[in-house]
Amino acid sequence: MTGVDRISPDVLDLDLQDAEVERHLSRTWGTSPGFWGAIATVDHKVIARRYIATAFVFLILGGLLALAMRLQLARPESRLIDPDRYNQIFTMHGTNMMFLFAVPVMGAMAIYLVPLMVGTRNVAFPRLNAFSYWIFLIGGSLLWLSFALDAAPDVGWFAYVPLSGPQYSPGKRTDLWAQMITFTEVSALAIAIEVVVTVFKQRAPGMSLDRIPVLVWAMVVMSFQVIMAMPSIMFASTTLILDRLVGTQFYNPAEGGDALLWQHLFWFFGHPEVYIIFLPAVGMVSSMLPTFVGRPIFGYLALVMALITTGILSFGLWVHHMFVVGLPRMGESFFTASSMAIAVPAGIQIFCWLATLWLGRPVFRVPLLFIIGFIVTFVMGGMTGVMVASVPFDTQVHDTYFVVAHFHYVLVGGAVFPLLGAIYYWFPKMTGRMMSETLGRWAFGLIFVGFHLTFFPMHILGLQGMPRRIYTYQPELPWSGLNLFISISSLILALGFLVFFVDVLRSWRHGLPAGPNPWGASTLEWATPSPPPPYNFLRIPVVQDRNPLRPEDKELPVAAGLRVDRRELLVTSVVEALPEARESSPQNSIWPFWAALATSFMLVWSIFSPWAVVWGAIPVAVALIAWFWPKGTPEDEA
Amino acid sequence: MQSAWDAQGHSAEVLKHLMLGIIGVCTLIWLLVVLMLFAALVKRRGQAPLQGEHAERKTRLVVYLSVAVTTIIVAGLTLASFFATRDLVVGRDMDLTVRIKGQQWWWQVTYEGSSFGPRFQTANELHIPVGRNVRLELESIDVIHSFWVPSLAGKQDMIPGRMNVLTLRAERPGVYRGQCAEFCGLQHSHMALMVVAQDDDQYRRWAQAQALDAAVPDDTEVQAGRAVFMRKPCAACHTVRGTEAQGSSGPDLTHVGGRRTIAAGLLETTRGSLAAWTADPQTLKPGTNMPIVPLTSEELQQVSAYMETLK
Repeated sequence: MTGVDRISPDVLDLDLQDAEVERHLSRTWGTSPGFWGAIATVDHKVIARRYIATAFVFLILGGLLALAMRLQLARPESRLIDPDRYNQIFTMHGTNMMFLFAVPVMGAMAIYLVPLMVGTRNVAFPRLNAFSYWIFLIGGSLLWLSFALDAAPDVGWFAYVPLSGPQYSPGKRTDLWAQMITFTEVSALAIAIEVVVTVFKQRAPGMSLDRIPVLVWAMVVMSFQVIMAMPSIMFASTTLILDRLVGTQFYNPAEGGDALLWQHLFWFFGHPEVYIIFLPAVGMVSSMLPTFVGRPIFGYLALVMALITTGILSFGLWVHHMFVVGLPRMGESFFTASSMAIAVPAGIQIFCWLATLWLGRPVFRVPLLFIIGFIVTFVMGGMTGVMVASVPFDTQVHDTYFVVAHFHYVLVGGAVFPLLGAIYYWFPKMTGRMMSETLGRWAFGLIFVGFHLTFFPMHILGLQGMPRRIYTYQPELPWSGLNLFISISSLILALGFLVFFVDVLRSWRHGLPAGPNPWGASTLEWATPSPPPPYNFLRIPVVQDRNPLRPEDKELPVAAGLRVDRRELLVTSVVEALPEARESSPQNSIWPFWAALATSFMLVWSIFSPWAVVWGAIPVAVALIAWFWPKGTPEDEA
Repeated sequence: MQSAWDAQGHSAEVLKHLMLGIIGVCTLIWLLVVLMLFAALVKRRGQAPLQGEHAERKTRLVVYLSVAVTTIIVAGLTLASFFATRDLVVGRDMDLTVRIKGQQWWWQVTYEGSSFGPRFQTANELHIPVGRNVRLELESIDVIHSFWVPSLAGKQDMIPGRMNVLTLRAERPGVYRGQCAEFCGLQHSHMALMVVAQDDDQYRRWAQAQALDAAVPDDTEVQAGRAVFMRKPCAACHTVRGTEAQGSSGPDLTHVGGRRTIAAGLLETTRGSLAAWTADPQTLKPGTNMPIVPLTSEELQQVSAYMETLK
């Protein structure tokens, strides 16, 4: 703060008219114009929009890889793509879709929606948020750069040792994969911590824990999962790099290491990862559904409990990815039971949504169509999930196309369908413009039909004995017909996504103006203009029940007393959300960007030399010192 | 063929019944859920949405019931799979033990001595007597592979540094294809294996023939081929028992001409395919560990003639 500020008395919003508050807040919270202003911004909405757009670019790239694989598999012994390239392609497809699309896009939705839904002006740790995005962008770009140079990782997104070890994967490909994991770990962890703190300490006054929107609960559970699962993959990827780079022997059985250790560590992260992607989708569905049936969600408490239960149980199932590695039978039975048990909270969620639909009056807009498609598809994926949870059943379908079908049903049906619905639903909030209802219906129809025609036959192929991750198959095997059918169907699916993206681009420029609450929804993000101003809310709303905007003519009470001449947030108590303090929120800064560049430089260099960690730490330290340089801001006031 | 539905072994049959049962139950549940969904979608068209305690009470009861039924079904399926696992056990008495070592990208098969015959080694083809319990000791010498012959049994991984055991019992004679099921590198796609189930007599005759050294050729072309084989790098990697070829990094070729396929299920064994494979393995199976050995066309003819006679 400058000296001028210290002399002048605090400018509080309760003394001012709306127009004047708006003028002050816009200047205080705004993003500076120009290139450096854009780089330096810490506005959660701007960063989240970038995050979402980047993740969708990665989705398109990953989808193109899928089409390439389908082209190769359309005919037996096809020689379009050689095995080396094919292995890179399926490794990239999996890694990209999991680490660069699904997890980041869900985190990004959280970064956009959570502060608006809990009624605050920015996320906690906004500079960390900016840092997280730059790290994600650089890490993802590096991976794709390696693919463009024909040097992408080729050991699968799971990188099982010893195949990924120094002996069987010489060169830098696997190091790149492992280091890319580090990039995404860092960015996901940053988001997780921001979300937890934002939700627990920055909620609008009166939004006690039992009034939080289900979507926000889902994001909290997801964030805790990230915080608990990431250390496992962090240890795994680091030890893999150590094995490869400095000759440790964590995973080398010949030197006392253990090949299965990797699988335990990877899936201890990898299974919660699936729910890290799925639970936000549960939240999206639960928060969108009431809007389209004209009544609140049925079973709020049950849904929240189901979310938390799923989050906890998800850490007790990792072994079901390892049912054929030869574990003791007692252990296998335990993990069968725990994997089956997760069907119970999933069932509770489904039944609550069905009950909500049953009691309500559905209005068939595009988001609801995606929700319907989601229920139909996800329940099917859940059913095949129950199948693979059975050890004996799994021994026949493990690592076959049956599993490929299963997890696409769960991840595309269970997470991407709700996400697309959510884009249709919140696009007006993010851009101020509606997406097209007509194109949306076409997109939904093509994606739904294309998806099922593409992925359902894979169940049959798997039962007919077709393993995963094969770049070709011999003509005498009875798989050619279905594979050709799948490859053709995948074009319908791709066309559906094309329509979706056309709609996004068209609506961004020419969509109908949306207004603050085009759907008549009941949560706080609709209480502010679309797109929201940099400060989110002119005055901080006060929440008195679970649906603050219902009935629609209700006047939303507001709290006052925050300064408008510097960035200030209201900090509230964890359970009751009673106001506790006025907390300053960080200014825009260029340093998260430089810190991200310095970190990336160090991480990439470390692939080539362990000394990078030493010398590369210097620029990181410089950037961090500048980032945290004390500004002489007076203490926060309670 | 290679399908979980074409069950020809004890384990595969138990698994097939379990799978049909679970798939049946799950399909029924899915149909019920979708039915409920569509009923809910059309039920209240044109009516006001229901709210409040009264409306919710009945629905709540239905939801409770559904959750209870879900729990019971899930518990039932867990028990069913537990009992199916118990049924997979065929007893303690093993009639034959075979060690299979997975490696990039073929299978080394070693038969332990048994009542059927002495110990011997082959590759990429497993013969078993019908109705007998065969103990497979699964190992890997490089990366993780997975042994899977769906018509006979579920899969089991082959992990370096460990040994897994799988029991096969074929109920009917036949040839069953299997394929590596764990991604193992460049040629994971071409790592297949044939299992030949035969009756006791046929199996015994086959095993005793396999245990013999390679026949000494009398045809001049074949003799020339044998000489080429010993002179060129072939012998450094392959064993032909009864000759100076004692290499062990490639498959044992003592009786290669009698096997149904070469290069781990890649090609049917004919003189032509043997010649094609020897001439250019890197085109047929890119990345395979077998190098291109420069041979004149005459030498190639002779070597493939020799290979073909190794029955």
